Parts: sequence; structure tokens; C-alpha cells
Amino acid sequence: MFYREAGQFHTSYIADQAVFPIPVDRIAIAAFAVIAAVAIPMLGNEWFLSTIMLPFLIFALAAIGLNILTGYCGQLSLGTGGFMATGAFAAFKLSTAFPDLHILIVLLLSGLIAALVGIAFGLPSLRIKGFYLAVATLAAQFFLIWMFNKYGWFTNYSASGVISAPPRAIFGDLLVTSSQASLEARYLFALGIVVVLAIAAKNMARSRIGRMWMAIRDMDIAAEIMGIRPLRTKLSAFAFSSFYCGIAGAMWAFLHTGTVEPLAFDVNRSFQILFMVIIGGLGSILGSFFGAAFIVLLPIMLNNAPGWLGYQVPTDLLSHVEFMVFGVLIVFFLIVEPAGFARLWQIGKEKLRRWPFPY
Amino acid sequence: MAFFVETLLNGLLTGVLYALVALGFVLIFKASGVFNFAQGSMVLFAALTFVGLIEFGLPILLALLVSVAVMVAVAFAIERAVLTPLVNQPQIILFMATIGVFYFLDGFGQTIWGSDIKQLDIGIPQSPIFIPFGEGDLLVTEIDLFAAGVGGVLVLVLAILFQKTKVGRALRAVADDHQAAQSVGIPLRSVWTIVWAVAGIVGLFAGIMWGSKLGVQFSLSLVALKALPVLLLGGLTSIPGAIIGGLIIGAGEKLAEIFVGPLIGAQAIEDWFAYMLAMVVLMVRPQGLFGEKIIERV
Repeated sequence: MFYREAGQFHTSYIADQAVFPIPVDRIAIAAFAVIAAVAIPMLGNEWFLSTIMLPFLIFALAAIGLNILTGYCGQLSLGTGGFMATGAFAAFKLSTAFPDLHILIVLLLSGLIAALVGIAFGLPSLRIKGFYLAVATLAAQFFLIWMFNKYGWFTNYSASGVISAPPRAIFGDLLVTSSQASLEARYLFALGIVVVLAIAAKNMARSRIGRMWMAIRDMDIAAEIMGIRPLRTKLSAFAFSSFYCGIAGAMWAFLHTGTVEPLAFDVNRSFQILFMVIIGGLGSILGSFFGAAFIVLLPIMLNNAPGWLGYQVPTDLLSHVEFMVFGVLIVFFLIVEPAGFARLWQIGKEKLRRWPFPY
Repeated sequence: MAFFVETLLNGLLTGVLYALVALGFVLIFKASGVFNFAQGSMVLFAALTFVGLIEFGLPILLALLVSVAVMVAVAFAIERAVLTPLVNQPQIILFMATIGVFYFLDGFGQTIWGSDIKQLDIGIPQSPIFIPFGEGDLLVTEIDLFAAGVGGVLVLVLAILFQKTKVGRALRAVADDHQAAQSVGIPLRSVWTIVWAVAGIVGLFAGIMWGSKLGVQFSLSLVALKALPVLLLGGLTSIPGAIIGGLIIGAGEKLAEIFVGPLIGAQAIEDWFAYMLAMVVLMVRPQGLFGEKIIERV
């Protein structure tokens, strides 16, 4: 009833090709933007911002990165954590070696470095396909983490191995990184980056390069015959994916935890991001956000649910039960909707379009 | 030279243990095309059940039988609750579902049996033995030799099961072509249950071996990650591939740790060496050493 396209005519190509062609969508997105940018930092308390919103934004960015590679280009990757770590350490090295460099340039450069590493580990993808490719990305994962652990140069020879991210400011003196910065500033900074990069990803996905990725995903030999170069296309997917993951890793270290440590990017992180992509929906930018929200919120809910219901459960038992419930929910969601939340969203929209009439 | 041979031998013996885990993967992948990430947690779950039953006071043989029964039940449950509803989904979805199973079994095993490190002592001697070699002695532990023996017997039994029995013929038929097998009257679901049960039992043996070596603990399920390069190196569909892949990876990483590590001035290259080795081999043979040749048609 509220949501229909009847009578809305596009009079120009620009209007026809808009990301959100329906005004209701545009209004909803604008409302979301206002809530995210104004209401949440004003109303949200410290706990909400630091344990939910910041990880959510950063994971969403990493999930978009992995979605480019796995969802759009069809290359299975279990090395997301390694690429995130590359971004984090590159940002740390750059910002300590050149203290005057603007933080945005640092993030951009660390993303580019991660992209180069991604290209290097993406090279086998030309020959190795499917599950076999998982071993190449796992090699990236374990090799990179090992490298950051073993060679002191990456941590500036810090004795403890745990290094804190240096405070950096934008607009003159507004601190946005490290734990010295205010939470609101960090949140808004992260929000800005994620929004810009998500819009860029959305537009990449629906333009020439995205179509090339999808052609390779659907069948690479057929795509090659049609004149799409597999080398360039696959490596560009690896590059963009690692770029996003690298920036997400740098943000994780600089904005969220305030410390740069390889442990935060171990193989479990890679699986976690892969979950977000699959549960959110393969090949959907919006789905990446849904998936990130689900994976961030689920453990918090599971942790607190017994308390809300008035039960006392010993913590070690709770953590095991949490594992069990997590596993069951994953399987349950895959059975109910293998195409993920993005598909549910589409179905919901379709229903809303017809409501209140059945057809 | 003696040191080199000793390292090689110990590497090979560790490789047998990797191969035992990889074997479970191969069985399931061959028959159902599912890349079963939960194999590691099945190993842990089986070992935890076995140890738990022994601590409960059961004699070893009875505990073994009960554990086998439990693994069959687990296989049945997985087939019913996870595989059947997800039939005809893309492989990556099934892979994700097995990661869900991985989390569930991990949590379930530890909820029931607790998360302490348990010693598993079923009378396998741990003492080192010395084999005379040239002018020196080679040091190997008995348990490694024992594990190698168990691995050999297991492979032999599986080979007989696959090649000589009616069930084995059905399994091979399903592995070749699901639809064709179904059309000649092979019940797909019971074949899958059997395969998962066999993989669970192989996992039980792997768990007992690893458990008596390292103690039964959570990290056992991570052995699955080490089995991945073994599996891919050998080829996803080949049982001999899993064994030989295990031997290559086991020997390769031990040798690399001792002889290559010092050259680049760092330890623990074991962490990633297996993956790099597998990657290099896959660059040459994309289907793994013994995998079926991948034929792609447009």
C-alpha cells in the first residue's frame, strides 16, 4: 500500500539507473543515515557503541570485501583474517614511520598494500579452483600471521608483542584513532568510511567490473570464451577484496581495539567473516550488513539470554552451550534460507509491495 | 645422516596421524560431495566420548563399542537433520552447514564431558625405542609405530570394504554418479548414513591415536585444519591420496622445520609450510596428486 512503483516514471537514464530507483527506498535510506549519524551517537551509551556498533561496522566492511571475492567472483577464500592483519600492520608501520601522514591516506595506503598481498596470493586462483583454492588462501592466512608474529620489524621491535595504535586526528585536532579518542568520534569516522566504501562496492557490483566478476563466477570457461580475461578479472576481485579487508583490519586495530595484534586476525576470524557473507547472502552488499549484524548480535544475545530469563548458568557451561546454539542456528538458517538474509529481505519487499492484497 | 633419517621417520609417522584425519574427509567427499569441515570435531567428540566412558568405569573394549555406536548415531542424526534438508544446495552452503555441525559437536562434547585436558591411556606403550642405524641409533616412540600400524590396518579394512563388499559397491556407485546410482535402486540416504558412520569410526581411531599422544582436549578439533592441506595435496577423492599426502606433509614439515627454518632465521614454519607445499603441488596438478582429473565443459 505504501510501497509501490505504479505511477512513478523515470524520465532520464540517470533516474533509471539510480541505486534506489523508488522514492520510498530513498526516504528509508535517508532516515537510516540520520539515525546512524545523529541518533545513535547521541543516544547510544558507551557499551552499545563499543561492543555493538563499531565491530558491526568493521565486520560489515570486511564482509563486503569477502563478498566481492566469494559472492561476486566465486573464489572461496579462508584467508580474510590474513588480509585484515596485513592492513592493520601496514597502517601501524605507515603511521609510525610517517607520523605526519594524514590518517585517511594511511588507511588508503594500507588498503593498497593489502591489495598487493591479495594479488600475490590470488595468482594460484588461475589454476586452482573450487575447494582446492581454499588451501592457497589458508596458506596466506597462516603465512601472514606467522610473519607478523615472528619478525620484530613489523611490531617496531616491541618487547611484549602487543602494540598500541598511535592516536591520529582529522580536521586539525579531532582525535579519531586509538583509545584516547572519544567513542563518538571513532564511531562517526568508521561510519563515514564504511558508507563511502559500501556505496563504491555497490556501484562496482552493478557496473562492468561487477558483471565480469559474476560471469567468471557462473562459469569461468564460458566467460573466457566471451572475451573476459580471467587473469585480470580474478586478480581484480582479489585486489578489491583485500583492499576492503585491509582497511577493515586497520580500522579494527586503530578504531576498535586500539592495539595491533596478530591474534585478533587468526583463522577463526576468517571463518567468522565467511559466515557473515553466507548468512547475509552471497553476492549482496546489503546482505553483508545483515550478516555482520547477525554474527555480532548473536553471541551477545546468547550470553545475556539466560540472565534475562532469570537463570544462573556457570560461565564455562554457558560458553559451550553458546557454541552449540550457534552451530544449530547456522544450520537452521541455511536450511530455512540458503540464499541468506538478502533473499529474505527481497521476499519481504515483494510482500510489502502487494500488501494488503494477496496478488 | 642418522639425524636426517630420524627426522624423516618421525615426520612420516606424524603424517600417518594426519592421514587418519584426512581419510574421514575423503570418504565423505567421495560419496556425497560434501566437504565436511566437522571431521575435526567428530574426531574430538569421538575421543571425548571414549575417554569419558573409560573414566566412567567401562572396560576398554566395551567403551570402544559404545563409542562406535555413538558415532553411528551421530552420523544418522547429521544425515537426518542437516544433509537431507540441504540436498541439492551448492557445495559452499553444505560446507558452511558442516561448520555449523563443527560448532555444535564441539560445544556438545564439552558440555557433556567437560573441557579439561584428559589423559587417554589404553595401554599403548609410550616408551621410546632405538633402532640401530649406521653408527647411531634412531629414536622413535612406540605409540607412533602403533599408530602407523592402526592406520595401515584401517586402510586395508576400508579397501576391502570398498572393493569386495556389496555396500562398498554401492558406495562407489554413489561416488561416481548420484543420479545414476539412485536410478538403479541404490538408496542414497542409507549410503550417506553409512559413509558418515564410517567416517565417524575412522575419526574415533584418529581421536584415540591423537588423544594418547597429546591428551584429549579442545585443540584436537583443530587437527582438521592440518588435515586440509593433506587432503587437497592428495586429491579430494582419493583414499591412497590421503595416505600419501599425509606422509608427504608430515615428513615435509618436520624436515622444513629443522633444515629450512634456521636458513630463514625463524621457528615454527610448521605453521604454514604444509599449506605452501600443498599450494605449490596444486599449481602443477590442480586436482591434487591422485584426484580425478577435473574436466570442465561449457
